[in-house]
Amino acid sequence: MSFFSADNLSINFGGIKAVDGVSFDVEQGEVFTIIGPNGAGKTTIFNLVSRIYEPSGGKLAFAGRDITNVPPHLIAALGIARTFQNIELFEHATLLQNLLLARHAHKRSDFFSELLFLPYVRRLEMEHREAVEKAIDFLDLQQYRDSLIVNLPYGVRKVTELARALCTDPKLLLLDEPSSGLNVEETEDMAFWIQDIKNLLGITVLMVEHDMSLVSAVSDRVMALNYGRPIATGTPAEVQAHPEVVRAYLGG
Amino acid sequence: MTLLNSRSYWQATRGNRPHVCRGWKLVIFLQLTLNGLAVGCIYGLVALGFVLIYKATELVNFAQGDLLMLGAFVCYMSVVWWGLDYWLGFLIAVVAVGAFGALLDRVVLRQVIGQPQFAVVMLTIGLGAMFRTFASVTWGSEIYTLPTPFGGVWTVGGVTLSHQYLSIVFGTLVLCGVLYAFFNHTRIGVAMQATSQNQLAAYYMGIPVKLIFSLIWAISAGVAAAAGILLAPVTLIDINMGLAVALKAFAAAVLGGFGSIPGALIGGIIIGLIELYAGATLPEGFKDTAPYIVLLLMLIVRPQGLFGSLARKKV
Amino acid sequence: MRFPFKTSYNQDIRIFRDKVDAFWYGLLAVAVLVLPLLLDDYSVGEISWVFIYGICGVSLMVLVGYTGLVSLGHAAFLGIGAYAHAYFIMHGAPWIVAVVLAVVITTACGLIVGLPALRMTGIYLAIATLAFSVIIQEVFSRWESVTHGFAGMKVDVPVIFGFAFDDGRSFYFLCLFFLVIVLWLTRNLLRAPTGRAWVAIRDSEIAAQSMGVNLAIYKSMAFAYSAAVMGLAGALFAHKIGYLAPDIFTILLSIQFLLLVIVGGLGSLHGAVFGAIFVALLPPLIAILRDGIPDSMNQLAANTGLRVIGMLGTAIGEFLKKPGVEAGIFGLILVLVILLEPLGMYGRWLKIKLFFSTFPMYKASTFKRQKTYMRSERLR
Repeated sequence: MSFFSADNLSINFGGIKAVDGVSFDVEQGEVFTIIGPNGAGKTTIFNLVSRIYEPSGGKLAFAGRDITNVPPHLIAALGIARTFQNIELFEHATLLQNLLLARHAHKRSDFFSELLFLPYVRRLEMEHREAVEKAIDFLDLQQYRDSLIVNLPYGVRKVTELARALCTDPKLLLLDEPSSGLNVEETEDMAFWIQDIKNLLGITVLMVEHDMSLVSAVSDRVMALNYGRPIATGTPAEVQAHPEVVRAYLGG
Repeated sequence: MTLLNSRSYWQATRGNRPHVCRGWKLVIFLQLTLNGLAVGCIYGLVALGFVLIYKATELVNFAQGDLLMLGAFVCYMSVVWWGLDYWLGFLIAVVAVGAFGALLDRVVLRQVIGQPQFAVVMLTIGLGAMFRTFASVTWGSEIYTLPTPFGGVWTVGGVTLSHQYLSIVFGTLVLCGVLYAFFNHTRIGVAMQATSQNQLAAYYMGIPVKLIFSLIWAISAGVAAAAGILLAPVTLIDINMGLAVALKAFAAAVLGGFGSIPGALIGGIIIGLIELYAGATLPEGFKDTAPYIVLLLMLIVRPQGLFGSLARKKV
Repeated sequence: MRFPFKTSYNQDIRIFRDKVDAFWYGLLAVAVLVLPLLLDDYSVGEISWVFIYGICGVSLMVLVGYTGLVSLGHAAFLGIGAYAHAYFIMHGAPWIVAVVLAVVITTACGLIVGLPALRMTGIYLAIATLAFSVIIQEVFSRWESVTHGFAGMKVDVPVIFGFAFDDGRSFYFLCLFFLVIVLWLTRNLLRAPTGRAWVAIRDSEIAAQSMGVNLAIYKSMAFAYSAAVMGLAGALFAHKIGYLAPDIFTILLSIQFLLLVIVGGLGSLHGAVFGAIFVALLPPLIAILRDGIPDSMNQLAANTGLRVIGMLGTAIGEFLKKPGVEAGIFGLILVLVILLEPLGMYGRWLKIKLFFSTFPMYKASTFKRQKTYMRSERLR
């Protein structure tokens, strides 16, 4: 039994098979990347895994448990966190509040003690803050702690999303195009962070990415997708050289 | 109450209760259907104004009912104060309120495009309150009767076809026909359709999007004014006539699925019919609440309305 | 500019940022406590309205400003609270019991409205709450065995543990007490996970869900809490107004509450209080101006010999006396606030504070907000 597995996963949007019988396994501690041309169904797979979309067929399993029917708000508590392609931060809140919200899956206080802000709520808040500060340290976000997200530049927001995902204490991290919209330097930073996340924090990473330099630098295994179907799986070099993959990207 | 005198609001919503005997006969049914159809057409027209503006500019104009009231007052002023012909007054009112709508877009609403929808809704509510004050200062807060050429009745098999109600239904049909032809068979109408589907693409194609917005406001305001004049003989004219109509019309637009033009008209007619049927058959009090009860039930079953589609954010 | 030196996480959690903050709020508390001793009965009564509207403002702020759910029907919750409270008092329940029952009933109603609201957003939710309030208003006028319909219902002065709050001053303190309690409780929620979940739902439902927020539960919680606070406000409102009738709780009152939170400034508890000051004190201000402007301008005309000034003053007075002018003034201010200061009075307050604390380095772009032009971006 592998750490995370998708088995024959499918979804239709009004007759179009956006994801069509995709199966893959992610082993614990690896970086698994899904590549493919635009519209191949990569982000759709992420939305299926985080349960925003209802699959029309297939099974999802995580850490020995069938998660095909788990409601979306319980996914985080299981240990799966994600980032979004077009940044879904809470824009009119501070960076700190964004990260604290990510601790929601670990909330242990109830409504009425929060209403009175009992001492133990305060203590829990401090614990959450400590966990958040670790992520802030890890990703060098100290100086932005109290700024509203609307006032932050795009690159910082992208890192903030990563930090927010880390604050949920995930076992599996889903990164949806972590380098989109970043310049070369920021992309390099991102590559180092992904490696650190894998090596230092021991978090398994499932990633969708277009930038092949980033993919080659961090991925252990790569799966290429076209028209909702997998066409090749293997090491980055193998997949890049695969004739089907070349045809999918270059046509012909 | 600060936004308006609440007592007159109640009168506005409670006026015009048809006195129908409790026997459920075919004649009465037909009579109610005709009257409901007429009232529903008014709701449909105002709802149409909501939807036109919403589709094009993504703003929800809560002042639509007050534009209706302004239209009725301008027509009244032309006919009674200045002694003009009814049809000339009709034309003056539609053109004047239409021009006012365009001006409103140019001066006020263009500033708030891009702000949260809620802020815009409140802005138009504020505008509506200002229009009511303007009307009460200019024309006074009494209740006025607009003389119309539609005084007579036809009686067909026991059903009384009052010309007032017929004029509403007929006027709505004509207006819808004109609008349909305009949107589908004129260059500018097609440009409007294009603009409401994709502003940016329309802009790149050389369509003057800002002018189109103003025109759409003018059309919506003009339609509201026409609805107000058609409605005037039924509810009489006072400064709060628009509010009650607008609330029901808003319910109609939502019932039809906010953003669908046929949905708005059909929603309006459904609300009008429910209102009249409920007023005649159910205990007192249900005339005004039945449309809302139906609306609530429908929203629980189908949150996107009858003809609407559930928009979902892509991530 | 003051930069509080942070040495513990608790500093970001506690209510007052530092001692300077605590000092100013303490000063405000003293001022509010001393005020009724200095003012006449009429003014004290008007300021009690500020406190009641403040509680209403907090209620709507939680729902609209923090959770991003728009309600056009909050007057119905106020009415439910007011009628329930009056009904229980009339049937001999002690004051505290009546208030608790009123709050419980409005909370239940809030939950009932919140449930269908879970699937709706934006304009659909607004109309659904509007429909609810129209129905409830009809219930008020028809359920005569409880509400006495249009005949109205008299509400006695509050008597708590034998002490009758029968004059304006004691009632002022009662309202103040409850406003402070509500502000404190709400502030507690907002600095705890629940409040963060609400803000998350406002800004991005999808991300909130992925971070473990159960949308259904937190949205109904926001509705229930908002309704509960409104119920409490309703109880005080019933005493203040003294006589309940169904046509008090119309959509126009709901709109006035929305006006309150917008003019005050969405997304801050300060805004709720600022908005309450505005909404409660503008009508008496207009009433003062109505007589004051013509008088003073006539005086001026007599002194300077310019009759034009006197005529102008009389004209302004006449204009302000016309029915419905007050509504127009509210409308105008609403329009101006949305056009010129979308952050409301609290936003302006922050700007003024920042201007002086960073003088002369203030830059206007600090508060610049991003506008969204794409349809997809607004589907939150």
